[in-house]
Amino acid sequence: MFAESALNVRNKRVQNLFRILFLMMTVLLIIPVVIILATLIAKGGSIISIDFLFTDPTNGMTAGGIFPALLGTVWIVAVALLASVPLGVAAAIYLNEYAGDNWFTRIIQLAIINLAGVPSIVHALFGVGAFVIFFGFGTSILAASLTLAIMTLPVVIVSTRESLRAVPQAFREACWNMGATRWQTIRRVVLPNAVSGILTGVILEVSRTTGETAPIMFTGAAFFLPFLPQGVFDQTMALSLHLFVVATQVPGVPDNLAFGVALVLIAMVLLMNSISIAFRMYLRGKKKW
Amino acid sequence: MNATAKAISEPVAEFAIRTSKLNLWYGTFQALFDVDLNICNGMITSLIGPSGCGKSTLLRSVNRINERLGYVRIEGNIEVMDKNIYDPDVELVQVRKQIGMVFQRPNPLPISIRDNILFGHRIHNKGDKSSKSDQNEIVESALKQVLLLDKVKDRLNQRGTELSLEEQQKLCIARLLPVKPSVLLMDEPCSALDPKGTAAVEELIWELRGEYTILIVTHNMAQARRASEECIFMLMGKVVEHQATEDLFVTPEQKETADYIEGRYG
Repeated sequence: MFAESALNVRNKRVQNLFRILFLMMTVLLIIPVVIILATLIAKGGSIISIDFLFTDPTNGMTAGGIFPALLGTVWIVAVALLASVPLGVAAAIYLNEYAGDNWFTRIIQLAIINLAGVPSIVHALFGVGAFVIFFGFGTSILAASLTLAIMTLPVVIVSTRESLRAVPQAFREACWNMGATRWQTIRRVVLPNAVSGILTGVILEVSRTTGETAPIMFTGAAFFLPFLPQGVFDQTMALSLHLFVVATQVPGVPDNLAFGVALVLIAMVLLMNSISIAFRMYLRGKKKW
Repeated sequence: MNATAKAISEPVAEFAIRTSKLNLWYGTFQALFDVDLNICNGMITSLIGPSGCGKSTLLRSVNRINERLGYVRIEGNIEVMDKNIYDPDVELVQVRKQIGMVFQRPNPLPISIRDNILFGHRIHNKGDKSSKSDQNEIVESALKQVLLLDKVKDRLNQRGTELSLEEQQKLCIARLLPVKPSVLLMDEPCSALDPKGTAAVEELIWELRGEYTILIVTHNMAQARRASEECIFMLMGKVVEHQATEDLFVTPEQKETADYIEGRYG
């Protein structure tokens, strides 16, 4: 009575078929990543050196290094963070810890989702209209960073809310029932336990901001500049735009230079992501509930 | 022990908690009907009854934790130490300070044992910088009261969440004591514990009587019998019987009570 029936055999065969199918789909995912990285390293690896990172481009950008672009990216990302993190974290705290479930929060929720869905080129044009022209920042680091900040705000809000939500409700109950106010509860219990997740989200945001091109090309990033930015109202070169420029706009750029720029850009992003993952694993290991 | 002596010498309300004509609705569902109760000061009173009889609801309206749900409506009075806690001039934070609550599932904070105990003290004594030795005294006396001091005195910096469940629950009781509450509410405080832990926490609750008025919800009739002085039996949102525990279990006046304690339903 426990012997294998014909139906069992058939079911098993189908089950195996699907398992292998799904496995292959998963493997497919890795292939583009591997090819991209391998190509970049093969074609651009030869140019990477300390000099390449820390010298100016020369000969109409067909030789030399990428220092102004690298520095410009750091500027833009840093200023964007300064704008988006406080705003995003505060909004997430409000939504998760204070707001009730009513029409107001639902509208905000909807706005955040829609903000996340706006294409980056639309953000770019909004940035031009709002920051460059209306607020009169001109094409500058400030305008570019604020445009990026608005674009990444939904990411910060969502990831912060997730980390806040991961703090067990029982901790809040415990505080409230000892007479702690919401703010005391947030400051003494919720935030200390959510900060790891919030930071992880911030690092991921950095990596995303680093690679963005469209939102900054009309608002603050320059094709080529013979000087380094001195403040947030200056224009700057940026790595992502620089890659676009050397790859498509300037004749006579050696292949390895363009691939080298791409390699540096992707290395920055991967580095950020790895730090974020390592950080998360470390902190998760320390948690005890 | 000193506190007990003082309690006797000062004129104190006979009843720590009095409810009159207390009705409570969750939306349109009425959970409590005309509850009139007088809970004796300094005694342990247990609330028993089948699931859904309103005993937890009653407990949770005594420190106004119910109202957080938003759709709860209350009529009638709950007086704690002769003051209606639903009066408009009542500050919620003071209610929570005076009336401590212990939950079914121990919920220590993920901070050190020491900080767990000082948490309430710190939030209620802002600005008044108590010295390290004062703090040590507070921690020690709270832990001593919950019979936990000997077990944890060498590891006060360990996280509260790393203790055993029984110890966690004791810690949750201990952290209420430094702000000197008058009433302790306990919502099935032993139901997450094993029999040994249950016995230990019951012993502790028994030790605390006299100094605090304790209202304890339990599913466990044997526990009500062992660990309370007065007992209230509730059914369908109404108080059926309120007597000295021994009398309620030996000579119940109402038929429903008799049926319940004999296990005919519930």
